[in-house]
Amino acid sequence: MAKVIVVTSGKGGVGKTTTSASFSSGLAMRGNRTVVIDFDVGLRNLDLIMGCERRVVYDIINVINGEVSLKQALIKDKNCDNLYILPASQTRDKDALNLEGVERILNELKETFDFIVCDSPAGIESGAFTAMYFADEALIVTNPEVSSVRDSDRILGILAAKSKRAVEGLEPVKEHLLVTRYDPKRVNTGAMLSVVDIQEILRIPLLGVIPESESVLQASNSGTPAIHLDKSDVAEAYRDVVGRFMGEELPMRFINEKAGFFKRLLGGH
Amino acid sequence: MSMIAGLIDYLRGNEKKSAVVAKERLQIILAHERAGRGTATPDYLPALQEELMAVIAKYIHIDRDSFKVQLEKHDQYDVLELNITLPDKKNSRQ
Repeated sequence: MAKVIVVTSGKGGVGKTTTSASFSSGLAMRGNRTVVIDFDVGLRNLDLIMGCERRVVYDIINVINGEVSLKQALIKDKNCDNLYILPASQTRDKDALNLEGVERILNELKETFDFIVCDSPAGIESGAFTAMYFADEALIVTNPEVSSVRDSDRILGILAAKSKRAVEGLEPVKEHLLVTRYDPKRVNTGAMLSVVDIQEILRIPLLGVIPESESVLQASNSGTPAIHLDKSDVAEAYRDVVGRFMGEELPMRFINEKAGFFKRLLGGH
Repeated sequence: MSMIAGLIDYLRGNEKKSAVVAKERLQIILAHERAGRGTATPDYLPALQEELMAVIAKYIHIDRDSFKVQLEKHDQYDVLELNITLPDKKNSRQ
C-alpha cells in the first residue's frame, strides 16, 4: 500500500525542500518507487534543488485541470532510477490547487508508487493545508530556534485536527520530528536548544538530526540533493533518517561536538 | 564543557543560558496556545457572561470574580459551565 508523506514545518526556510529532495532520493536509492510533489504553487523550488528545472514542461496544475496526463508531467530524476518529480506551477496561484484534484492525482500515483512525498509550502494556508490533508505520515522539519518550534507545534495541532485522517476518525497521521541546522557546539555552550529540549516540547518521536553544514548550500548550488554528496555529514544524516524511516534502529549521530585535533590525538571522543 | 568555561560562568554570576530561556518561554507560550486550540472560546462568550451576570445581579449581589463562564469541549458534546459563588448570608442583600 502506497504511503503519502508530507514534509512540513509551518515556518519557512527551515529545510523542507532540502529534506524532501534528500528524503525522496534516499527512499528511491533503497529501491522504493518514489515520487516527490512540489506543493508550493507560485514559488516552486523543488525543481531547482533536484536539478531538473530545465526539464519542467508541465506541472501539477496542468494535471489537475486535465490538460495533460500525469505521465506527461512527471520528470524522471537524473540520479535515481526509481524517483520522479511532479513540479508545482510557477505562474498560477494557490487556489488552483483543490482537494478533489489533488486526491485524484494521489490516487493515480498510488497505483504505481510506494512512497509519495509531498513538499509543503511554508505557512498554514491553503497550499500547506492541501499538502498535509491526505498524509499518512508527516516529517516535521524544525530548527533549534523558538519561532520554528512554535510553528511546528501549530502544524502538529492542525494535523491532529484537520487532516483527512483526523476528520474521518481514522488512525492519526504518524508524526516524525526532524531537527535540521543543528549545531552541537552551540548546544554545548547553552546558546542553542538541544534536540532533547525540542523533543520534550513537541512530544513526538525523533526521526533524525541534520547538522548545520556548508554542504547544504553546495548541494543546492549544484542542483544535487544533499544526500548524494560524498563525505558529507548531511548526506550521512539523511541516509540515517531514511534508514530509520524504513524501520532500522540506528544510533543518533551528529548530535555531539566533533572532537578537535588535539582531542582526537589524545584519543578523546 | 571545560572546567575553565564553567569557572568563567561561575565568576559571571551563573548567568542563565539563552537556550534555557528559550525553552522556558516556549513551554509557557505553547501550554497557553495548546489550551486554546480546538476549544477556542466562541466570540459570544464574553457578551453572554455580561448579560447573565446582569440578570443574576438583579436578584443576588455577586462579585465579578465569583462568576465564571466556561465552554468545555468533549468528544461528543460541549458543556457550557456557569460557576457562581454565592456570597455569605450575612453579606447578601435581603
